Amino acid sequence: MFAPEFDYYKATTVAEAIDMLGSNPGAKAMAGGHSLIPLLKLRLARPGAVVDISGISEMKGISVNNGSIRIGALTTHWEIESSPELQSANSLLAEAAGGIGDTQVRNRGTIGGNLSHADPASDWGTVLTALGATLEIQGSGGASRTVTPTELILGPLTTSLSDTELLIAINVPVLTANQRGEYAKMSHPASGYAVVGAAVVVNVDHHTCTRASIAVGGATPVPVRVTSVEAGLTGKELTNENITAATSQAAGDLGDEILGDFYASAEYRRAMAVVEIRHALFHATGVAHH
Amino acid sequence: MTTRIFGSGIRRREDPRLITGQATYTDDISLNRMVYAAILRSPHAHARIRSIDTSAAKSATGVVAVYTGADTDGVLNPIPCAWVVPDSDVKAVAYPAMATNTVRYAGDAVAVVVAGSRYQAEDALELINVDYEPLPANVHAEAAMNEGVPQLHEDAPNNQAFHWVAAGGDTDTAFAAAEVTVTDTIVQQRLIPNAMEPRSAVASYASAMGELTIWNTTQNPHIARFVTSLVTGVPEHKIRVIAPEVGGGFGAKIPVYPWEMIAAFCSMQLGRPVKWTETRSENYQASPHGRDHVQAVEMAATREGKITGLRSVVHAGMGAYLSTAGPGIPTILHGLMYSGPYDIPNIKADIYGVFTNTTPVDAYRGAGRPEATFLVERMVDLLANELDMDPVEVRRINLIPKFGDGFDISLGLTYDSGDYHAALDKVLEHVDYQNLRREQAISRGQEPVAGEHGHEHPGHGHGHDHGDEHGHGHGDEHGHGDEHGHGHGDEHGHGHGDEHGHAHGEEHGVQPSAAGHLLGIGVSTYCEICGIGPSQVAGAVGFGGGLWESAIIRFYATGKVNVFVGTSPHGQGEETTFAQIVSDELGVPVDDVEVIHGDTDNTPMGWGTYGSRTTVISGAAVALSSRKIKDKAIGLAAHLLEAAEEDIEYEDGKFFVRGSPDRSQTIQDIALMANMAWNMPEGMEPGLEASAFYDTPNFTFPFGAHVAVVSVDTDNGHIVLLRYAALDDCGRQINPMIVEGQVHGGVVQGAGQALWEGAVYDDDGQLLTGSMLDYALPKAHLLPHIETLSTVTPSPHNPLGVKGIGETGTIASTITIYNAVIDALKPFGITRLEMPLTSERVWQAIQQSKGA
Repeated sequence: MFAPEFDYYKATTVAEAIDMLGSNPGAKAMAGGHSLIPLLKLRLARPGAVVDISGISEMKGISVNNGSIRIGALTTHWEIESSPELQSANSLLAEAAGGIGDTQVRNRGTIGGNLSHADPASDWGTVLTALGATLEIQGSGGASRTVTPTELILGPLTTSLSDTELLIAINVPVLTANQRGEYAKMSHPASGYAVVGAAVVVNVDHHTCTRASIAVGGATPVPVRVTSVEAGLTGKELTNENITAATSQAAGDLGDEILGDFYASAEYRRAMAVVEIRHALFHATGVAHH
Repeated sequence: MTTRIFGSGIRRREDPRLITGQATYTDDISLNRMVYAAILRSPHAHARIRSIDTSAAKSATGVVAVYTGADTDGVLNPIPCAWVVPDSDVKAVAYPAMATNTVRYAGDAVAVVVAGSRYQAEDALELINVDYEPLPANVHAEAAMNEGVPQLHEDAPNNQAFHWVAAGGDTDTAFAAAEVTVTDTIVQQRLIPNAMEPRSAVASYASAMGELTIWNTTQNPHIARFVTSLVTGVPEHKIRVIAPEVGGGFGAKIPVYPWEMIAAFCSMQLGRPVKWTETRSENYQASPHGRDHVQAVEMAATREGKITGLRSVVHAGMGAYLSTAGPGIPTILHGLMYSGPYDIPNIKADIYGVFTNTTPVDAYRGAGRPEATFLVERMVDLLANELDMDPVEVRRINLIPKFGDGFDISLGLTYDSGDYHAALDKVLEHVDYQNLRREQAISRGQEPVAGEHGHEHPGHGHGHDHGDEHGHGHGDEHGHGDEHGHGHGDEHGHGHGDEHGHAHGEEHGVQPSAAGHLLGIGVSTYCEICGIGPSQVAGAVGFGGGLWESAIIRFYATGKVNVFVGTSPHGQGEETTFAQIVSDELGVPVDDVEVIHGDTDNTPMGWGTYGSRTTVISGAAVALSSRKIKDKAIGLAAHLLEAAEEDIEYEDGKFFVRGSPDRSQTIQDIALMANMAWNMPEGMEPGLEASAFYDTPNFTFPFGAHVAVVSVDTDNGHIVLLRYAALDDCGRQINPMIVEGQVHGGVVQGAGQALWEGAVYDDDGQLLTGSMLDYALPKAHLLPHIETLSTVTPSPHNPLGVKGIGETGTIASTITIYNAVIDALKPFGITRLEMPLTSERVWQAIQQSKGA
């Protein structure tokens, strides 16, 4: 657990960080360091340079304006978990943050670092996909673009970020009074990472679902929208029977590539995705189950 | 004295320094001119080394030296196995500190770099070029002796490390005549001991004096000195081993490691202090593992449930080499304990130790006894299942009746004392066993809910009712919670963890009798062997050392006391409990007693801290030394008080003339006068100091009864441990709080084996659980409060009446939890699962049962 040699740069502005990344080919940006430092110590990552972006104040903080939440990419999981604004604006964000790792991880780990690392077991990709978040990316020369989570996350540990781009902020809609959000996950007993995670956002009008947005992660290389459940629920009264029926084909929406390992096989994860979607729906909608 | 210090749950004096960061561990040692070693380890489980090129590493920045097996060969002797069990054909194969021609597990040492900093050493490791010829690997213990399996050692045909048989009675006849037999194949999965502090050594050789000093994170510094002498050739009296603060061991710091010897070698070559500290990854890969048995077991019984026979054939993985105590664990500490707390007349243990291309296996908390307890207790539950009897009833039929001074079991051991029925009765009453069974019946839909006023989820029927599809309908409302009395969880002051938690913080937790959640109850009764042990027996069973202990008690003129012991506590709390013993024996305030241990230069000889023996054996030596002090103090008091010795009485730290309590001398007065020696009786030596050597006449045999209550979610296979009650009888308790702490930790480690932990190798011998990201340790939020109870049955074979408590929790809890899970799954006809009991394993078994 001893990192190989690297040059260390500390940036104070986004522009400076992008310049540093540009002038050090292969350099890695480091936010909270909770993904990068272990890779360095295991010598699985060998960047010639590390650009520490943790001091860039313009990438921090949470603001709520006109029905939209903007979360700076350097905002820690703990700041999201404990934000009074988010409790009212979008409690799903706060709840999902509170389920990440442990206190130490949440104190240092950041939402942007988590997304940019693109671990398939990450919770944020799944939750933000269901929430319809958009991500602000800045590149060299002031260029910027906006993408969805699944446009950022291309595969395990693979993103669409170029070497000189940084994820700057995450924009998430405020949950309206008739929207219910929930994230249910089966955690790995060792790492706490999601073996399967399911996020749901359901619009409810007099016990009837008028719109559903549902994503699964952990089991899949990238977050996946579960369209058959979204379609199957829409227009239906939220009852145990209807939820069970609407989720019955969910496993087929997850694609051919399901992750598996000696702890949890692909077969199991595919089956558990359905269970976790149901858990999330039951809890989001208050429909009782065990 | 109003409150007796012996038996008082005073706080551990060790803790303030541990929790404020003031403890000094081996890696905290820093010496002038010290350099750092890093070890290159084989990436292959089995390979021939064609060549090693160290030239680039040698010229790398900061590198002082690079050594390979060619350098240590013939200079360091092989690492000896210290437990060569007799009559078992132990193949004491060569265990070189660094591999020369062949590597035999992924982690075997190939080279060492010594450099000015650890980073430089690690960088240089990457510049060493080893040309390996990979060989096929042999990874799984149960298959190691099969034909065609790759061979590890030329002098161990068929990979057989040893073959040991223990038998009592006549099992052949018992099984031929059996009315009922039950069989099982039990896999005791391999575990990775996880001390908070990994292995570390700082070696410093002074050539002018020929003296070698090693700071070493060991449980037994005197054994480490002994073995270091054998390996390095430095005479024992020229070696000093210091175990500073040791951050846990759990058995994995008993063995003497090649790596410490490599550090010593480097220091002797370079004439500079050398520090080596393993990474956690190295710890997982190369520090000894535990368990790794595959056991084929049969139990014979009458239709009434009386056990008449028990036999096993066990393949115990030893890893690639025989570690220090390796062969003794699945034999002496395992096979001899098959009787447990039961009177079983016919027993045979047939144990094969086998070599595999894996990390060597040695002691891990309980060491052989958890595997034995599991075996017996599993078979008892299977027997109950077969006979359709309550598992508690089968136990009651077979428990040895109360005895106070020796009971001979069929395998030849003499248990010291036991009251097994009382232990079982007490814990069952505590958990209200009958009520638990009623709740279980409700969870299975076998009994209507008592009263229908339980809270219901408003407005909706609950989720998927598994009753229909499983053909054992549930009561259709969740009849859990208050109306059933014991209320899992909250009443015990905690919520239990549900790792399948939802993102919101509320504890929606587990309702054990709700649809889809099955309740399981596990009960075990156990008896274990510890307080290891009489030296004569040690010799007879091939243990390469004695097992006595010694202690020195020294009073200073100020009345303050040092106690020097040869054992080496590293978390067990004997700095506190030994002070309590001295305080109790001599009336000196407990805070005036300081216990010194862990340095071979300033402690008397002793064989170490393991096998729950420190309080039993070393504590007895402390008590006997105290009594010698008292004898001398009486003599000096008589002289000073001008009375006859036989007229001197002692009470609460005061020596006084019988009938004249005013004419007295305190122990402090005596200490002052003895140290000044101005006025000693004729012939009495000055000073107030005594030493005692204690060898025990017998082992001690703690026992108890544990109960686990689990809930199993049939949707996803997830298990929640709802309740755990541990009743342990360790004889007289010196410090009940420390006893409780030991039980808590032990139970948690045993729960880890049942539910989460397991070292996994692929077929090529690569460790897949190479870090804490994959190897799941128990976590606080996944555990209930552990309810501790005790009974007190003093050991007649110990001067303090104490038995060991360090391992009981681990010994009993794995099988208690396992039995509870299997009990929960009874409606599915499931009788066995592999550990750890992961959610998927449970879920797959349920799926198979549904499909069948």
